[in-house]
Amino acid sequence: MKTGDPIARARGLRKTYGKDDGLIRAVDSVDLDITRGETLAVMGPSGCGKSTLLHLIGGLDRPSDGELWLRGRRIDQLSERALAQMRCREVGFVFQAFHLMDELTAQENVELPALLAGRPPRSARRRAGELLEQVGLADRAGHLPSALSGGQRQRVAIARALANDPVLVLADEPTGNLDSAATLDVLRLFEGLHSAGYTLVIVTHDERIAATADRLVSMRDGAFIEETRLTGGTRPRLSALIELEG
Amino acid sequence: MLVIVIVAATTALTLGLVLRGVTAHPYQTTRQATSGPDVLATDFGHAALAHVAPLAHARGVVRSSGPFPVAFPVLRANGHTDAVLAEGRDTGPAPVDQPKLAEGSWVRSGAVVVERSFADALGLHAGDRVTLNGRSFKIAGVAVTAALPVNGLGFLEGSTQWPNPGLIWMTQADARSLATSHYPLGYLLNLKLTGPAAAEAFANRFDPGGYTNNTGGLYLIPWQMISRQDGLLVRHEQNIILVGSWLLALLAIGSLVILVGGRMAEQNRRVGLLKAVGGTPALVAGVLLAEYLALALIAAAAGLVIGRLVAPLLTNPGTGLLGTAGAPQLTVFTVAAVAAVALAVTVLATLVPALRAARTSTVRALADAARQPRRRAWLIGHSARLPVPLLLAVRLAARRPRRVLLSAGSIAVTVSGIVAVLFAHATLAVSQFGTSSGTANPDRSDVGFISQAAREDQVLLIVTILLVALAAVNVIFITRATVQDSRHASAVTRALGATPDQLALGLSAAQVLPALAGALLGLAGGFGLFTLEAQGGSVSQPPAWWLIIAVLGTVIAVAGLTSIPARIGARLPVAEILQTDNA
Repeated sequence: MKTGDPIARARGLRKTYGKDDGLIRAVDSVDLDITRGETLAVMGPSGCGKSTLLHLIGGLDRPSDGELWLRGRRIDQLSERALAQMRCREVGFVFQAFHLMDELTAQENVELPALLAGRPPRSARRRAGELLEQVGLADRAGHLPSALSGGQRQRVAIARALANDPVLVLADEPTGNLDSAATLDVLRLFEGLHSAGYTLVIVTHDERIAATADRLVSMRDGAFIEETRLTGGTRPRLSALIELEG
Repeated sequence: MLVIVIVAATTALTLGLVLRGVTAHPYQTTRQATSGPDVLATDFGHAALAHVAPLAHARGVVRSSGPFPVAFPVLRANGHTDAVLAEGRDTGPAPVDQPKLAEGSWVRSGAVVVERSFADALGLHAGDRVTLNGRSFKIAGVAVTAALPVNGLGFLEGSTQWPNPGLIWMTQADARSLATSHYPLGYLLNLKLTGPAAAEAFANRFDPGGYTNNTGGLYLIPWQMISRQDGLLVRHEQNIILVGSWLLALLAIGSLVILVGGRMAEQNRRVGLLKAVGGTPALVAGVLLAEYLALALIAAAAGLVIGRLVAPLLTNPGTGLLGTAGAPQLTVFTVAAVAAVALAVTVLATLVPALRAARTSTVRALADAARQPRRRAWLIGHSARLPVPLLLAVRLAARRPRRVLLSAGSIAVTVSGIVAVLFAHATLAVSQFGTSSGTANPDRSDVGFISQAAREDQVLLIVTILLVALAAVNVIFITRATVQDSRHASAVTRALGATPDQLALGLSAAQVLPALAGALLGLAGGFGLFTLEAQGGSVSQPPAWWLIIAVLGTVIAVAGLTSIPARIGARLPVAEILQTDNA
């Protein structure tokens, strides 16, 4: 698959909860193509269905209706086991709340997905070391999450998301719990991932973060209401943001 | 559930404490109904009659019956081959020891009466036929007596060939006809004394070896000894229940720790609110403790009532005696002991979680934050080499080491109980059949013990079922607590690519690994327990395969019990948990 091909595709994607009068359309008839190497930002107010959409694309949740493909393979009807294997090898998640294992060091957290994928411990450890170095935390490899700042925890989470070289990195409000300085650190990392050819989907309610993407879709009440292709992509926007933050 | 667990433990404890001296009443009833002798004089061999007969005229004797001839034929009935003590009787009633008929009629020529516990053990009834030394006899009736202990007559004869013969009555002529050169006739003489209380002194006066030390020859048995022999029936059961009740109490502590721990975790917000409105840590701990102690007292009361109601079912002295022991009385000591144990168990189980809750920061409690897991670096490091389910199991277990200890301890206690039961069963089987596997040896079966052994087996079974039930509850609670506690970690693990099957196996294995350790510990514990209970008596080892099955069966049972909560836990909605859990 060459750059420009859709790496993920959704058609008529729906996710509903409840029924009759209590029916909630968390995601409502969404059509979406995510091309390889692009950074897509999904924006919208709280409860508009951004995170649900991300969970559907990543196979953490199942759609009520519609079709979903990842790398040309239909995934909305995969078994739980196949979905788990897909999450392990093809998708990397970054969460707002980091979701690191409290009892594991930064290094152990990062090597966990590789171990789950069946990689030898030595190889998993080496890869975790490289990734921690990449996110600037090589000197914090032996620290527990409780000994790390919010920004550092998120960087560990990003390193963990990359452990199995995923084709798609899904970030759910990755800077939602961070201060400005840490937000910039994370954005720099995303910029690096973008440059390295990773495909990123970032859910955010922060316009400044969204402005760093190649493309922005806005959601309300579960549906896409606007799609904007941002001129210039991530780098100039990020530079502008860095200047703005001083 | 909390109350049920305490009720189970206090019921068992109540049973253990109230079953003391409860057979005295049935023995006295039987003695009265059968004009039981104050002293029974016996002798076997060619000079037996000459030794026994003069005692009927000894000082202090007011009435007697006999001497009656006694033969030792081999009885065959319903596929059993057993030695019996065949006592020759007159067809009319005897002034002393006239067995009370439970069914049928008294002896006549060619028709015998079978002692009731022996008849029950062999499944014999009036109208059935048996053979004695190959000759066919009809069973005229079934009766009870207080002249001989109901748990067998082995101490009379001292024979190793027939360690514990059953008892039948027949006409004197029939009894005489069954004597052989190998087993010549013996004689029994029933004596009534002017003062029944002096029976032991009387027996010591005339028994050359002293009645407690049967050296052969003339042997005198005072009624007090028979009463004590019958008391032995329940003594073993008392010991079994008492030991079982302590094991149950240990398991109950485990159950309570898990239940209370789980409930305390659910009460995080309540603790936070209490502290937010000014509650001191001492007040919080006090409130939580008081709640559980009140429940413990209610449960102890229920346990006392149930124990008192159930006790008569276990104290039924068997069919060898008349009447029942009745409801044992609850003494102040028993009530105080049971209440104290219930309170102590509850304090032991709740103190740590209550203190932990009291020390939790108000902000964390209000946020309902999960307790921080423990870190075991070496376990985490080594687990990386394991297959994914085991990796997850080891790491899940390492998060809560106290729970692992509890889990292993709970299984160790249960397996100790089971192994002790196996040792008890093997020892009983050796007594009955001569082999620990309980396979009847046709040349050496001993039905005299069957009734008692069956009753002991019954009590052992009840205790085992209670132990296994409580252990099963513990296993399920512990798994549920692990699933609940590791909800977030499990969701993250699944988000990172662990399959539901890997996680379910991991959750299950996190319980099975400590269970295996506990089961192995229980092997040693059970042997120790039974040796202690046997109080220096003979201990027979059960076949090795019984013990292997006990250990493997326990581990497999734990795996089975954990599989459902583990599978449920492994299929919880990941996205929902990650959205709501603010780690």
